[in-house]
Amino acid sequence: MSAVGTLTPETARPSDGLLRRIGTVFYRRPVLALIALLLPTLLWIGVIYLGSLSALLVQSFFYLDGFSGRVIREFTLRTYGELLLQQNIDIFVRTIGMAAAVTFVSGLLAFPLAYYMARFASERMRALLYLGVMVPLWSSYLVRIYAWKLILAQEGIVVWLANLLGLQGALDWLLALPGIGGPSLSFSYIGVFVVFVYIWMPYMILPIHAALERVPRSVIEASADLGGRPGYTFRRVILPLAFPGVVAGSIFTFSLTLGDYIIPGVFGNSSYFIGQAVFVQQGTAGNIPLAAALTVVPVVVMGVYLLFARRLGAFDAI
Amino acid sequence: MRSDNQAPRAFGLSLAAFAVLVFLHFPIWLIALYAFTTEEASFTFPPPGLTLEWFGVLFQRSDFWNALGLSLVVALLSTAIAVILGTSTALAIYRSRFFGRDAIALMIILPIALPGIVTGIALRSALNLSGLNFSFWTIVIGHATFCVVTVYNNVVARLRRTNYSQIEASMDLGASITQTFRHVILPNIATALLAGAMLSFALSFDEVIVTTFTAGQQQTLPIWVYSQLQRPRDRPVTNVAALFVIATTFIPILLAYRFTRARTE
Amino acid sequence: MNGVPAVRLAQVSRHFGAVKAVDAVSLDVADGEFFSMLGPSGSGKTTCLRLIAGFERPTTGQILLHGRDVSATPPYDRDVNTVFQDYALFPHMTVGENIAYGLMIRKVPKREREQRVGEMLTLVRLPDIEGRKPAQLSGGQRQRVALARALINRPSLLLLDEPLGALDLKLRQQMQVELKTIQKQVGITFIFVTHDQEEALTMSDRIAVFNLGRIEQVGTPADVYERPTTAFVAGFVGTSNMLAPSAARPIAGHDAPLSIRPEKIRIVDADAPIPPDCQGAVGVVRDVMYLGMYTRYLVTLDTDRTVDLAVVQQNLDTSSADVQRVKGQRVGLIWRRDDARILRTDLDRSGVP
Repeated sequence: MSAVGTLTPETARPSDGLLRRIGTVFYRRPVLALIALLLPTLLWIGVIYLGSLSALLVQSFFYLDGFSGRVIREFTLRTYGELLLQQNIDIFVRTIGMAAAVTFVSGLLAFPLAYYMARFASERMRALLYLGVMVPLWSSYLVRIYAWKLILAQEGIVVWLANLLGLQGALDWLLALPGIGGPSLSFSYIGVFVVFVYIWMPYMILPIHAALERVPRSVIEASADLGGRPGYTFRRVILPLAFPGVVAGSIFTFSLTLGDYIIPGVFGNSSYFIGQAVFVQQGTAGNIPLAAALTVVPVVVMGVYLLFARRLGAFDAI
Repeated sequence: MRSDNQAPRAFGLSLAAFAVLVFLHFPIWLIALYAFTTEEASFTFPPPGLTLEWFGVLFQRSDFWNALGLSLVVALLSTAIAVILGTSTALAIYRSRFFGRDAIALMIILPIALPGIVTGIALRSALNLSGLNFSFWTIVIGHATFCVVTVYNNVVARLRRTNYSQIEASMDLGASITQTFRHVILPNIATALLAGAMLSFALSFDEVIVTTFTAGQQQTLPIWVYSQLQRPRDRPVTNVAALFVIATTFIPILLAYRFTRARTE
Repeated sequence: MNGVPAVRLAQVSRHFGAVKAVDAVSLDVADGEFFSMLGPSGSGKTTCLRLIAGFERPTTGQILLHGRDVSATPPYDRDVNTVFQDYALFPHMTVGENIAYGLMIRKVPKREREQRVGEMLTLVRLPDIEGRKPAQLSGGQRQRVALARALINRPSLLLLDEPLGALDLKLRQQMQVELKTIQKQVGITFIFVTHDQEEALTMSDRIAVFNLGRIEQVGTPADVYERPTTAFVAGFVGTSNMLAPSAARPIAGHDAPLSIRPEKIRIVDADAPIPPDCQGAVGVVRDVMYLGMYTRYLVTLDTDRTVDLAVVQQNLDTSSADVQRVKGQRVGLIWRRDDARILRTDLDRSGVP
């Protein structure tokens, strides 16, 4: 039957083009293929990125001569010593304090939504809510910050609402608080704080939601079966199991707050956060060594934070 | 997974949950609202009237168009570079188990994992040392560096789910390595690659922190918006621009989301 | 074997670090043969197949296809096609495009491609499914598409890597017959890898039995079954009674280990004489298992109480009540001397000394 009958081997072979022969070289020496594929990226990121990081680190061991205004390239620790000056310590405390406060409050606010999404919402609702959390994440960072400038302005919606509800007094009292108050909401630590909480919120919601989703129903049922009332089950079973997700989310909020200079710049007053200090030092002050040394601080802080986070199981929750 | 509690408790929880959701979204709605306000110099709420005139004003501002154009070109170029670097790395790494593999994955993710200010200042001081002028190309270099990871992640994830014996089958049937790439590998990773590219585009288009460090006199759109933040007189125009930016970054990401979802279903 | 062998492996080894997946294997496969490579997992048979296809490169040794050394030739330049265990169909192409892939690469014109795809689909008995995607096909259908995709290129050699493993029993048996028919029809050499010894016995012209990276025996199905040369082959292909040298001595009068198939042994009276061309032993029936078609007896030898010989006999005119009566009785066992195979010890790695 059919032309398949007796076979003569197919003689038409694909031509021995250049690409084919290159391919054969890679077949015979797979290592070459590996190198060819990896080299561009290695060069790019290795040289450009890692190179600049090391350059930065090296610079932190130089120092700026106050008189000549030039950077002296000798190995010294005196720039790191400058970090211990009161004004710099203030900066660190301010920034880390803000990061901690933001993380704490984000966690509190994110939890109800994450919990609702994970355990109460129907299938369709959950997909919609998920999208609802992602959408702000996808919208431009700067634009969302700018929106708060509108919201917190003297003539903006918050003040309008306060006036409407007769809460002007409370608002004034808030703004008069030493340390965190300021001339208006949009130029105060309170403002900075609110914007930080707002902007990183999705980063906190998503890992908590993921962790809560993973709590098996059977565990909750077992707790109820053994006599635990809902409140007890929540405290002793669900919360501990969701905790790694909270820690994972906190990594983002903490780290992002530590390094940010735009939000404090737009909403804060004249006292600096780490990011702003770095920006100013490397810019107008020309003090690259100090800027580099300042940069090392958040990196180290995050390094330590990550170590603890790993212990608490956050890496499995991302 | 259905509700596991009684109604009253659920009500309190639902309220809290939706309050947070509204909190997340209302600033964006507000921007949309303010883009139409007739009020010229301040952010009066509620807006005294609604108008479209600011759209007209914005579209005549040449600095806005320049910034928009620059952002587009930078995003396109950075994405192109990120696609090449990300895809080639993904192809190299996804199967092999050589000793440097985790190190490379870490290296790729670092530009985006470290705070923007670290990346920014590192690149800036390196560029200073190298004597290069801050220009369009330095912006692109910065952006491409942290965009690689989005393409890499997407492509690697897809490659890992691809059946490897397909590739052997293709070679067995007479296709060389390049032909196999074209007919078998590429179709399999196409949507993931596209998703990664869209994410990279959006990332680059929206980026401001690293850009302020690596730009010279140029203004990308986010930098333009940032400078507008300091200029109260231009507020209404800035509102319209803000609305515009939201739409432009939102759409590619939505598409990327669609692309990766479609495959997993 | 006449003429140039289709495949010759000359002392081929493939090492993965310290692991010798294939250990100095030499093999000739004749043109037009249906040749099976049989063995348990990890025995090296699949690696050998991949070496022939070109997906692995030999650490040492040579691979010749029709006399040509292809050890350094990439798979796409070898005149070999493979049917993969998981079929490896391209999910983003239709069945027609899948089958025509090799032709498309060779830039065969569209009209001819379509015609040949049609022929192939008729050959594997799957007409009219060109437009479907692999995801819409059943396991058996995918398997045939994979076969068609390989055969359309008219290779001189077809490799099949456990292609029937994922099919259920009935379908598998059906495909065994079909594959054999197709091979006869197209007349090319088939090399077939399997761990199922029944499959190998049914389909092959010759079988190579693999164990731990080496070939223990090559021969026709009858050779391998009736005349196993090592303990492993005797135990893997069918079941067999193994007699260690110490147990063999009183029976056979020499020190070599023996293998005797259970169905070759007859049960007779304990004091029946042993015919001249036979060997025999005496023992007590320890256990009787009635299995419908046949009965299985375990007989403990008098000469060595640790040895049980398994005997299988068809239930021609006995019933379950009859056979149970033998239990506990002393009986005689007789088999032809030729049926007691002497096993080689140099290749033996299954524990029998």
